[in-house]
Amino acid sequence: MSAAAAVVCEGVRRHFGATEAVAGVDLEVQPGEIYGFLGPNGAGKSTLVRVLCTLITPTDGRARVAGFDVADDPDAVRLRIGVALQDAALDPKQTGTEFLLLQARLYGMTPAEARSRLDELQALIDIGDAIDRQIGTYSGGMARRLDLAAALVHHPQVLFLDEPTTGLDPASRAKVWDEVRTLNEDMGMTIFLTTQYLEEADELAHRVGIIDKGRLVAEGTPQALKQSVGTDVIVARVDGDAEVAKAAVEGIDGIDAVEIHRDELTATANDGAAVISPVAVALNGCGVTVRDLTLRTPTLDDVFLELTGEHIERGQAPVAEEAER
Amino acid sequence: MTAVAIPTPPAARRTSFLHGMRVVGYRAVRSIPKEPETAVPAIIIPVFFFVVNIGALQNIAEFADPGFDYKAFQLPVAIIFAVTGISRASMLVTDIQDGYFDRLLMTPVPRRALLLGLMIADFVLVVALSVPVLILGFAVGVRFETGVLGVLLFTLMGAMWGLVFTGFPYSIALKTGNPGAVNSSFILFFPFAFLTTSFLPQEALTGWLSAIATWNPVTYLLAGMRALVSDGWDWDAIGKAFLAILGVGILTQTMALLALKGRVARG
Repeated sequence: MSAAAAVVCEGVRRHFGATEAVAGVDLEVQPGEIYGFLGPNGAGKSTLVRVLCTLITPTDGRARVAGFDVADDPDAVRLRIGVALQDAALDPKQTGTEFLLLQARLYGMTPAEARSRLDELQALIDIGDAIDRQIGTYSGGMARRLDLAAALVHHPQVLFLDEPTTGLDPASRAKVWDEVRTLNEDMGMTIFLTTQYLEEADELAHRVGIIDKGRLVAEGTPQALKQSVGTDVIVARVDGDAEVAKAAVEGIDGIDAVEIHRDELTATANDGAAVISPVAVALNGCGVTVRDLTLRTPTLDDVFLELTGEHIERGQAPVAEEAER
Repeated sequence: MTAVAIPTPPAARRTSFLHGMRVVGYRAVRSIPKEPETAVPAIIIPVFFFVVNIGALQNIAEFADPGFDYKAFQLPVAIIFAVTGISRASMLVTDIQDGYFDRLLMTPVPRRALLLGLMIADFVLVVALSVPVLILGFAVGVRFETGVLGVLLFTLMGAMWGLVFTGFPYSIALKTGNPGAVNSSFILFFPFAFLTTSFLPQEALTGWLSAIATWNPVTYLLAGMRALVSDGWDWDAIGKAFLAILGVGILTQTMALLALKGRVARG
């Protein structure tokens, strides 16, 4: 276990009755890093965050945050972390100002320190005069930014953001992304970010850990993870026997691997442009109907698909899809 | 990765139990005027019962025992009706449901301060609710044998009772996180407030009601409060009243703290 790491998990497990939400996670996050924790709904992301934030203790294994064990010295961890959980944890009957001042006082700041910190945070979250309105009147984006401000009120060393942009419109999401980058680049804050959005992990994270069914199935920089799948990806959606289509494509020179997922065939290749024509011909000749055929570079979803045989659930559309609507 | 910036040192400090309780209590007190729906029924109910009971029973009670002051007898009942079951438990449930309670749990504030801070607001509220009931009592001619000090002790007794009773709704709130269950906890008010000497002195009660009233702590609380109004410094009655409060307090506060411990452990 590295003493200098900002976050360390060693064999962390967490059960809820017979359900194993986190099934033995090992990871390390270095100071100043943005670590993206990517996985579908129910993969165990939020449970691990709750362990690291001292809200629940691990059933087994050890976790250290900012140098302190979450189970043995949770108070020391709490002084050093900021947390914005999946749903903004606010008091709708307070004003934004009351809420942030109270939050500062809960962290032991004097009234003068709290007032001074409020001024700094107002500049960061940029919600204007709304800061003096009741929180219950805020839009989703404003509430999320206030929640982020509350997480930052005591200058935490490590910031946990649990799906910080879920449910936000594209503009609000982009604003949160900017704030995350600012916190990391200007203030050197370590950020542990869970997300189910591929673009978010790709865009923000220095390294990504992919979790599925409570286990870390892959870890690395987004670029390295994508390269592990191949340079190019050919995706064909077919009607007919997908196994026959798979057999037809597997025999083509230059194709590294072929996977089928329901009616979708995914082939990886180092030079996709060179092999897409033979793929089209092979599919045409094997008795299936090709509904569409695309060539693209790999995404983190391809990494997830290769590792688990499933796509990451897209219960809520990522930015690109949402923006098109 | 950009790691050239030097992180700002954390501004957080470990906080004392008292500091935590004060900050949590400050928020809870400020929430009272934002939720008038909590306080308004709590003042209407005791005033209603005080007026109706006196209207219905004063003549009979005073006819049966000449010299008996039924208004003075009813004033402690009105106070108990005002303060029993009043708590910030509904606010606690809302905090649990909104995730705000999780945020509080991630601060360095000691866990018990999160609960006891809410009780500061409860204490403020029950004292505030006692004032109009006392004013009504004075307006209809009730006078305290023990003078101003007696009035203060009388108010303190009512407030302490209200405070220890909050352990019931808080334990339900922490155990269930369900607003419906917390609202249902109001039903506990009835056996405590009615299976006792609310309407008649204990010697006038018969059968099962007399037996239950003997075991009901409110019987001793009412006796102590009535002593302050009508008899003077009857330390035996006053002492038993405080013992009744203490006994119920040990039970309810233990329940609430265990429920808090369970909630924290479940995360």
